Amino acid sequence: MLIFEKSESGRNATSQHVRLAHTKIEIPEKFLRTDKPLLPEVSELQVVRHYTRLSRKNYSIDTQFYPLGSCTMKYNPRGVHRLAFLEGFLQRHPLSLDINSQGYMACAYELQEILKTVTGMKGVSLTPMAGAQGEFAGVAMIRAYHESRGDTARNEFLVPDAAHGTNPASAVQCGYKVKEIPTGPDGNVDVAALQAAVGPHTAGIMLTNPSTLGVFEQKIQEIAAIMHKAGGLLYYDGANLNAILGKVQPGAMGFDVMHINLHKTFATPHGGGGPGGGPVAVNERLLPFLPMPIVTKTNDTYAWLTEKECPQTIGRLSAFMGNAGIILRAYMYARLLGKEGLLRVAEFATLNANYLLARLRAAGFTAAYPTRRASHEFIITLKDEAKELHIGALDVAKRLLDYNFHAPTMYFPLLVPECLLIEPTETESKQVLDAFADTMIKILEEAKTNPDLLHTAPHTLSVRRLDEVKAARELDLVFKKA
Amino acid sequence: MSNIPKKLKYSKTHEWVRKDDDVLTIGVTDHAQTMLGDLVYVELPELELDIEAGQECAVIESVKAAADIYCPVSGEVIEINEALLENPQLVNEDPYGKGWLFRMRAFENENSELLTPDQYSKLVASEAH
Repeated sequence: MLIFEKSESGRNATSQHVRLAHTKIEIPEKFLRTDKPLLPEVSELQVVRHYTRLSRKNYSIDTQFYPLGSCTMKYNPRGVHRLAFLEGFLQRHPLSLDINSQGYMACAYELQEILKTVTGMKGVSLTPMAGAQGEFAGVAMIRAYHESRGDTARNEFLVPDAAHGTNPASAVQCGYKVKEIPTGPDGNVDVAALQAAVGPHTAGIMLTNPSTLGVFEQKIQEIAAIMHKAGGLLYYDGANLNAILGKVQPGAMGFDVMHINLHKTFATPHGGGGPGGGPVAVNERLLPFLPMPIVTKTNDTYAWLTEKECPQTIGRLSAFMGNAGIILRAYMYARLLGKEGLLRVAEFATLNANYLLARLRAAGFTAAYPTRRASHEFIITLKDEAKELHIGALDVAKRLLDYNFHAPTMYFPLLVPECLLIEPTETESKQVLDAFADTMIKILEEAKTNPDLLHTAPHTLSVRRLDEVKAARELDLVFKKA
Repeated sequence: MSNIPKKLKYSKTHEWVRKDDDVLTIGVTDHAQTMLGDLVYVELPELELDIEAGQECAVIESVKAAADIYCPVSGEVIEINEALLENPQLVNEDPYGKGWLFRMRAFENENSELLTPDQYSKLVASEAH
């Protein structure tokens, strides 16, 4: 039942009552609305019950194992939230004077420094609001770099076919044509195809390493050399940074620019659409183009770097500097773990993924890249089960819900048929991993003995199998009064 | 094994072509629709558009993914299957019949790149491993 359907005319929650303004705000008549917005008229208790009930129907990292590959659904430590909720941070107005914002600016500055070390880059801007905006900023900087050199013939961006969908979208958004580069059978980029694709029109390449196939791109140095020789730059999609945190720096692999998903790697809450954090990090040659503002430090005083000091900047991406609450959480998280702790994040993320992969393979599941060690995530393919038992990735994913697990990512990457992309993250215990593996084994058994159980799953949730075609074709998102 | 009619020609990118005099009908194969799953949208080329062989000319979107359709021959679009705009699942139900995508008048007589049913069967078999 929608909250609108609980509405009754004249009922209200006094705590939310609009206070009558004493002074009239000077807004031109034509912009003032004459009708009231349609809002549900409900009591405070009704609101609390409504949303608590909804949240109990939901799967979340606070309630369930959430091995959603490519999303890094790790636990977000409560201590970090507590610190970000300190009164001084909450009450700080983004337009307050620098002298009254030194504490917050110190945190942002130190996070910039930490991210420089983690990435092996020379400069960081915290301003992009999330990953896709970070990608946009990164490609825009590459464009600005080529243009600043009068190198305007470069109109193509290379993107491997295993890339996240946002990569080609970001390149197109920045005015580039996208050329797809195929992947070899071992999961590495096809270097011969890359060599054939580069030329005087190549502006750059967007790569994720480890790739979305859950394997480390072994020929990265060769790829970097080919790109740089052709005059193109390398963009690192930081989506899978969790696997290499403190182990390898993208800067050392030859990348020129990258974004970092704070909401994945640095344990700030995500899922449900944000808010996120997608800082960009660049090497020397892209420093002048970083988006504004950036925090600088001179003699223990923090100040904002703006367009005035950095005239070549690609500009601003948000009203102030990203999402302050996310930046603070990421900073606290990095400080709580320290350099050694961040290294352990990568070690345990990869250990957990490889342990789970080994258990599933031993039980008869097929790894998509059997010759490769997993990074922080791995892919199993159910193409044989689909052929022999008529059980697909979708059926297994739905059945997992019955056993109280969030489903892994399915049907991505597109290269692998009937795939599940599984990412356990470092914050899960061996008991949880074992329970998940045991359940997967049980489901595989059910697929052989009672396949209908899978075809009609889920059985235990408030909704059954949804009509995805109807949902996609007949979107119904807006409440209309009957 | 998916259905691969003997009377048609095929492309490596899973389109089929049927020749009736000088009119070519184009669709996607049974194998392709099985891999994609239930379709939710079909975007078809404009009428009278000239398309080169190998060019992206339509998009089909399923609950799993969106896929580009590459034109198997060079020619001019003379008819599109408007029924698909309302009911894209016709492609799932009848890929070689009611689920056809568009018709063309070819510029060239024969596209030698196209596969015979036997060659296409082998391609599908090799992709399954």
